[in-house]
Amino acid sequence: MRTPLRPLTRILLARQRGENPDLIERENLDRRHEVLREKTQVRASARLGLLALAFGCAYVTIGVRMGHLAASVPVEPVASARGAEIVAQRADIVDREGRILATNMTTHALYAHPKDMVDPKGTAKKLAEIFPDLDAAALERRFTDGRSFVWVRKVLSPEQMQLVHEIGDPGLLFGPREMRLYPNGTLAAHVLGGYSFGAEGVHSAEVIGTAGVEKAMDARLRDPAEGGEPLELSLDLSVQATVEEVLAGGIAMMNAKGGTAILMDVHTGEVLAMASAPTFDPNDRPTPLVDKNAEPADSPLFNRGVQGVYELGSTFKIFAVAQAMELGLVNPNTMVDANAPMTWGKHKIKEFEGHNYGPLLSVSDVIAKSSNVGTAHIALMVGPLRQQAFLKSLGFFEPTPLELIEAPGAKPLIPKRWPEIVTITTSYGHGMSASPMHLAAAYTAIANGGIYIKPTLLKQTGPAKGVRVMSEKVAAESRKMLRRVVTDGTASYGEVEGYEVAGKTGTADKPKKSGGYYKNKVINTFASMFPASAPRYVLIVTLDEPINTLGSIPRRTAGWTAVPVAAEMIRRVAPLLGLRPKVELANQPTLTAAKN
Amino acid sequence: MTEMVYGSSPAAVREPVLPRWWRTIDKWSLTSVFVLFGIGLLLGLAASVPLASRNGLEPYFYVQKQAIFGIMGLSVMVGVSMLSPAIVRRLGIVGFAAALVMVMLLPLVGQDHGKGAVRWLSLGGFSLQPSEFLKPGFVIVTAWLIAAAQDINGPPGRLISFGLMTFVVGFLALQPDFGQSALVVFAWGVIYFVGGASIVLILGIGGLVGLAGFIAYGASEHFARRIDGFLSPDVDPRTQLGYAANAIQEGGFFGVGVGEGQVKWSLPDAHTDFIIAVAAEEYGLILVLMILGLFGVVVVRSLMRLMSENDPFTRLAGSGLACVFGVQAMINMGVAVRLLPAKGMTLPFVSYGGSSLIAAGLTVGMLLALTRSRPRDRMAELFGRRR
Repeated sequence: MRTPLRPLTRILLARQRGENPDLIERENLDRRHEVLREKTQVRASARLGLLALAFGCAYVTIGVRMGHLAASVPVEPVASARGAEIVAQRADIVDREGRILATNMTTHALYAHPKDMVDPKGTAKKLAEIFPDLDAAALERRFTDGRSFVWVRKVLSPEQMQLVHEIGDPGLLFGPREMRLYPNGTLAAHVLGGYSFGAEGVHSAEVIGTAGVEKAMDARLRDPAEGGEPLELSLDLSVQATVEEVLAGGIAMMNAKGGTAILMDVHTGEVLAMASAPTFDPNDRPTPLVDKNAEPADSPLFNRGVQGVYELGSTFKIFAVAQAMELGLVNPNTMVDANAPMTWGKHKIKEFEGHNYGPLLSVSDVIAKSSNVGTAHIALMVGPLRQQAFLKSLGFFEPTPLELIEAPGAKPLIPKRWPEIVTITTSYGHGMSASPMHLAAAYTAIANGGIYIKPTLLKQTGPAKGVRVMSEKVAAESRKMLRRVVTDGTASYGEVEGYEVAGKTGTADKPKKSGGYYKNKVINTFASMFPASAPRYVLIVTLDEPINTLGSIPRRTAGWTAVPVAAEMIRRVAPLLGLRPKVELANQPTLTAAKN
Repeated sequence: MTEMVYGSSPAAVREPVLPRWWRTIDKWSLTSVFVLFGIGLLLGLAASVPLASRNGLEPYFYVQKQAIFGIMGLSVMVGVSMLSPAIVRRLGIVGFAAALVMVMLLPLVGQDHGKGAVRWLSLGGFSLQPSEFLKPGFVIVTAWLIAAAQDINGPPGRLISFGLMTFVVGFLALQPDFGQSALVVFAWGVIYFVGGASIVLILGIGGLVGLAGFIAYGASEHFARRIDGFLSPDVDPRTQLGYAANAIQEGGFFGVGVGEGQVKWSLPDAHTDFIIAVAAEEYGLILVLMILGLFGVVVVRSLMRLMSENDPFTRLAGSGLACVFGVQAMINMGVAVRLLPAKGMTLPFVSYGGSSLIAAGLTVGMLLALTRSRPRDRMAELFGRRR
């Protein structure tokens, strides 16, 4: 209920008495103020108490936190890339025997706080003296343009670090970090690839793979869940070293531009050695070529075994023959038309150097003598569709599934249309291109009795499960033919006593970029397996533009170049692999027991 | 008889000024402030030397300067604390008007002292930060308006003061100076809270402030970087915060020893915003807790004394001033221990800085004037202090 400030009864009374009625209003107003004040006073003092309490609590919190901080031990501040912490520990990479291929080493990065520098100019000059690749003027500019932080070097050797110490400028600082070390230098460089630094902090840096296994397996190598467990590759360090050595020697002797060698276990699919020359040192990985016109193969970074996609020539012939045998179209003794040159539409199929092995040749001899015409006739019996299906089952239509970052990018070059002329050319390895790694995997199927298995660079525990692509009988017949190539065919230099080498040569003209083929530039390949009776290993050796000048005339066929190199490789590698040579014990003198 | 004829003599009942001042002043708070200033000088001996050497001055140049400003600031404080609430109110209103004009002039004639914000006014060899003086004035004006609003038939003081706050904050944000803006909003909030705001409204305003912060985060890179730095779990060792945290850890309970600290050489703001880090490193937790305690004494004692104050204006103005003073210290130290996001705020009386010192002297002087014990309730009426 509203109480009036001027209650009529009182006003009237006051008027009667002759008093000022305004005083009554004033009095009522004061009284009301009084009540209001009392009320606000109570409320305000409660709220003030609350505020005082809040401040007290806040101060106590700060005090406690201060105490907590003061009581904690000062730790080296950790560099933090915003968000994720840098995982510095990267797993080692080892070969199948546990020998180290890649490991980590503690080093230091050099950085600068220019604001703390005493003498930026002198420091820049001295740094340029220690590191000849640094430019003193550019460095000085970076030290003086007002930035507070400058990276100088990502990695220092202990000697360099000492020299930098001796400059003695307080603005130069060292940041510890781990770097990747490849203790074997160039060994297996193309498999390992290389590393670089990812997120970099002052107190650590992230090591990331840039090529090869390092990049392809980057997630596995960095996965903390693996607990630093080393990554076991299928490579065998000593075999790899031997293969590289022989390959380098062979390239020098055969005047080749480069070459590659792949050694594969036919039962597990493990790649025991993979070499590509020229090579590089992953500890000091060269920069990739920047020139657009430069051929990628000119860079030492190029892995010819996987990235090199070549027309592999006559090494393909055995696939046509094996398929024809599998389909029951021919047997090793079937006589086929080999009359050269063969005319197909407007194309003429010739033999090497204009030979004519015809009119009829046994299938076995087609392989041994490497007859293009004979193979062409066999392929025509098979037909384009079945030929494509067979090559597809041997993995020629897809990139190899190898654990290298380069592998998925190296797609085989398959003709878009597949008329019968393509069937003919493909049967002797022209018109479609694949990598030596593809060839190794396909030959493995012949070597192990008809099962295609995927090649791998990771150590396996047992025989791989594969897909049967031909019967064991056909595989055995094919091997017999390949053995004949070495005993009395084009690969006579491939014979290694005791190891029964079987294989097929391939000499392919190099295609020009502009179209057509070079006359005098060839890719020579020898696809081999040993020992022929029960093969354990497949070896592919490919040489790029070799010329054998040891004889009276320069020779460019695989039989004169790739084959002797492969033979030397097998001679040296087989004992390392633990293979016993099969030595004929025919003329051993009989021991007679001496009496008396 | 003489009195009956000539009326009572007006001055006879008056007590002398100084004894009355000493009797009624909050001696605890007064002492705390003097001790805080002493600690500030002591820390300045360590913290401002690197700055002096950077600027090519003699080592204790800034300590001497600080001492001079300190004497000025403390004189202002003592002088103001002798004034009556009514005079304080008049002074505050006039001061607020002057400071507001200066703040409004800043975009035209202000100076940037190299921190990406125009906050300084140069007055012939003497730099002034008007926003420091704006705060106490604003508190007084707001308290006056809200107290008037409590009267029956009073003006709509809450609405007017809210408009004023928006206006002031707008100009401060223009500099940009989000720290001072936040303090102004906070002061208004406190006065409004004590002046009887409904709880629902307080919560609503809290929400609005949060929203404003959110918008500032999106709009200002300067602001966003600081918040990000606070929210990220690790502290980058090359930031001021990293150095400060490290200094507190290095100091431990008893410090590394006078003059032995390293953080002052690394932190550009060691003598102002991060003076507490210097204190923690050289003198340890002991001194830090002492500083905290001294601030606590000033704030909590002032608020307690105001609880029994029954004049609305005095109560509101006093609580506003005490809270602004206390929260500034709280933010400064809270940042150093990473309880709060990085915000440059001086530690009143301890940090180096002329404007800051004199403004703090003014603030605390007014606070002391308002918290002086004086006759209350009926007695006050009897002594005629009302109307």
